[in-house]
Amino acid sequence: MDNKELQKANARLVWRIVAIAVLMFGLGFAIAPYYDAVCSYFGISGRVNEASSEQTMQVDASREISVEFVSVVNGQMPLKFRAETSKLKVNPGQYYTVNYYAENTSDKKLVGRAVPSISPAWLSAFLKKAECFCFSEQEFEPHKERKMPVRFVIDPAVQADAKEMTLSYTFFDITEKSQTIKN
Amino acid sequence: MSVATHDDAHAHDHHDHGPAKGFMRWVTTTNHKDIGTLYLITGLIMFFVGGAMALVIRAELFEPGLQYVDPHFFNQMTTLHALIMVFGAVMPAFAGLANWMIPMMIGAPDMALPRMNNWSFWLLPFSFVMLASTLFMDGGAAAAGWTLYPPLVLQTGNALPFTVFTVHMLGMSSIMAAINIIVTVFNMRAPGMTMMKLPLFVWTWVITAFLLIAVMPVFAGAVTMLLTDKFFGTSFFNAAGGGDPVLYQHLFWFFGHPEVYILILPSFGIISSIIPTFSRKPLFGYASMVYATSAIGFLSFIVWAHHQYTVGMPIAGELYFTYATMLIAVPTGVKVFNWLATMWKGAMTFETPMLFAIAFVVLFTMGGFTGLMMSISPADLQYHDTYFIVAHFHYVLVPGAVFALFAAAYYWLPKWTGHMYDERLGQLHFWLTTISVNICFFPQHFVGLAGMPRRIPDYAVQFAEFNAMSSVGAFVFGFSQLIFAYVIYKAIQGGEKATSEVWEGAEAHGLEWHLSSPPPYHSWTEAPPKEIISDLH
Ligand code: HEM
Ligand SMILES: [Cu+2]
Repeated sequence: MDNKELQKANARLVWRIVAIAVLMFGLGFAIAPYYDAVCSYFGISGRVNEASSEQTMQVDASREISVEFVSVVNGQMPLKFRAETSKLKVNPGQYYTVNYYAENTSDKKLVGRAVPSISPAWLSAFLKKAECFCFSEQEFEPHKERKMPVRFVIDPAVQADAKEMTLSYTFFDITEKSQTIKN
Repeated sequence: MSVATHDDAHAHDHHDHGPAKGFMRWVTTTNHKDIGTLYLITGLIMFFVGGAMALVIRAELFEPGLQYVDPHFFNQMTTLHALIMVFGAVMPAFAGLANWMIPMMIGAPDMALPRMNNWSFWLLPFSFVMLASTLFMDGGAAAAGWTLYPPLVLQTGNALPFTVFTVHMLGMSSIMAAINIIVTVFNMRAPGMTMMKLPLFVWTWVITAFLLIAVMPVFAGAVTMLLTDKFFGTSFFNAAGGGDPVLYQHLFWFFGHPEVYILILPSFGIISSIIPTFSRKPLFGYASMVYATSAIGFLSFIVWAHHQYTVGMPIAGELYFTYATMLIAVPTGVKVFNWLATMWKGAMTFETPMLFAIAFVVLFTMGGFTGLMMSISPADLQYHDTYFIVAHFHYVLVPGAVFALFAAAYYWLPKWTGHMYDERLGQLHFWLTTISVNICFFPQHFVGLAGMPRRIPDYAVQFAEFNAMSSVGAFVFGFSQLIFAYVIYKAIQGGEKATSEVWEGAEAHGLEWHLSSPPPYHSWTEAPPKEIISDLH
C-alpha cells in the first residue's frame, strides 16, 4: 500500500471505531428506560406503580398470607411516618385497606414521594393496588398529620408456597425539586 | 530516557541540546518510543503516588482503633488509591509498552496515528493533576469507593464534577490509545506478518483495545448520569424521581468487569513472550492462546452482575451469572496450562524477568481460584464486601498485572536503553517483592472469611494480628519498589552494553530482537526481511 492509500484506510478504520464508541455511549443512556421495562416484564422490579381497577375475584379463604407493612423515611426528611398496623393476615382475592399516617414535624410545607417496594420481589406481580398514596406526590402542611390509605388485594393465582410478604414504603423529600419545577 | 535523548541528538543534528527545546521535544513528540517512555514514566510515578496512599491505609489499619487519619480521609484514600492504581499506574504502563513494542514487533516504522498518540498521552497528566486537586476541595475528594456508587457518591462536595471530568478525560485518552493500536495492528503490519503470526502481546492488546472501545463510553455515560442527577435534576439513579440506584451498578459493572480484563490481558501477552524465551522453546499452543484470549474477551461482557449478587436478583439471574462466571475459568485455565507446558522440559534459566513471570503464573492462579469461589453466588454472600475480595483482586492485580509489568520492564529494559540492568539488584527486588506481597495480602483471606468488612478504618480486635502482618508486608513491599526505580535509573545511565538479541535465542521469538539495542528512532523504516518473519515462533 502506498502512503495515500494507507492514510485513507486508516481514516476509514478510525471512523468505524469511533462510531462503535459513540454507539456504546448512547447505549448506556438508552438502557435506562429499557432497564425499567425489563425489570417489570420479569416482575422483578419489586414495585407496583399503577392502579388496577377494583375487580371481584374468587376469594380463597383456605389460604392465609401474612403481609407486613414497613415505613421508612429517607435521609433527614422531617416526617413521622408509620403504618396503622405492622402485620395483617389476608386471604387471596379479598380487598383490604390499611392506613398509613405521616406527620410533618417541621414548620415548612413538605412535598414527598413514597416509593413502594415488595419483597420477595417475585410476588410483586400478584399484589394489586386499587388505591395508594404512592401513585402521586403528597403534600404535608406544617405540623399536620395525614391519613393515607392503601387498598390492595392479593391475586389468588399467587403460588401456593407464598406465606409471607412485605410491603414497604420509603418517603423521599422532593420539596425542593417540586418547587424548582413549578417556578 | 536521557539515553534516548542523547542518542537522538547525535543521530539527528537538527535537535539542539538547549533545555527549552529538550523539554519541548517531549511535549510535541509524535514518536512511538518517546510516547511509550512518557507513558511508562507516568505509570511509575502514579504507582508511587497510589502506593503512598495505600501506605496511609495500611498505617491506619496496623492497629485497631483510629490512629492517624479521620474516617472520611481514610475513605478518600481507598477511593483515590484504586482510581490512581487502575487508571494512573497499570493502564498507562500497558499503553507505554504497547507504544514501544507494537511497531517493533509487527515490523512498522511507528504507530499509525502519531499525532493522536501525542494527544492521548498528554490528556493524562492534566487529568491526574485535576484528580489530585480534589483532595484539597471543600468536602474533600470522592470517598465512596472507586465504584462511585450512588446515592453515597452524590454526597461528595465540590470534588464530584472534577472526579467525573477526570473519568471523561481518562476515558478519551484510553479510547484514543485503543484506536491507535487497532489501526496500527490492522493496517501497518510488515508483509508476511499475518494475524496468526502476531506475537501474543500484540494479540492481547488488540483484544484489550476492543474492550476499551466498548466499555469506556458506558462508564463515561454512567458518571455523566451521576452528574446530571446531582446538578440538573434528572433521576437516573434517584428513587424519589422514579430512578434506581441499582441501574448504576449494572452500568458500572458492565464497564467494570471488562475493565479488570483490560488490566490483565496485556499481562497475559507479556508472560506469553517471556516464558518461551527463558524456556528456550516455542510457546505451547499458540493458536489456543489466541482463541482463549478472544473467549475471555467475549465472556467478560456477560458476567458483570457477579459483583451484585447481594444486591438482589431473581434466582434465574443468580444462577446465570454464577455459571457464566465459572465458564471464564476454562479459557483462563487453558492459558495457565499452556504456560506450564511451555516450561515443561525447557532449558530454563531464571533471570529477573523469568522469576517475575513464574511468580505471576503461580500467584495469579491463586487469585483466579478465589475468583472461582466468589463466582458461586450463595457462597459469595459470605465473601462479598469483606477483605476476602480485597485479597482476591489484589492477587490478580499485584502479583498479576503489576508483576507482569515488572517482568516486562526487566525483559525489555536492555532493548530500550542499550544497557543490561543490574541483575543482582533485580533479583533482590524480586525476592523482597514476592515475599512481602504475600505477607501483605495472604492474611487478608483469613480476616475476610472471619468477617472483616472492606473500606473500614477501624476493626474488631480479633483481626489485629493478621492486620498487623498485612501492614508490615505492605510497607516492605512499598519500599522495595525504590530498588526497582533505582535499577531503571541505573540502566538508563549506563552499564554493560546489551547486544541486539539481549537474551540467548530471543531472535527466534520476536522482531524487536532484530533491531539494535537501543533501537533506531524510527523502528522499521524498511520492512523486515520475510525470512525472519517466517522463522519466528
Ligand atoms: C477466574 C477468573 C475470575 C473470577 C471467576 C472472578 C470473580 C470475581 C467475583 C465473583 C467478584 C465479586 C466478588 C464480590 O464483590 O463479592 C470479583 C471481584 C473482583 N475481581 Fe475478580 N474474578 C476473576 C478474575 C479477576 C481478574 C483477572 C481481575 C483483575 C485483573 C479481577 C479483579 C477483580 C476486582 C478488582 C474485583 C473487585 C471489584 C470491587 O468490588 O471493587 N478478577 N471477581
Ligand atoms: Cu468481575
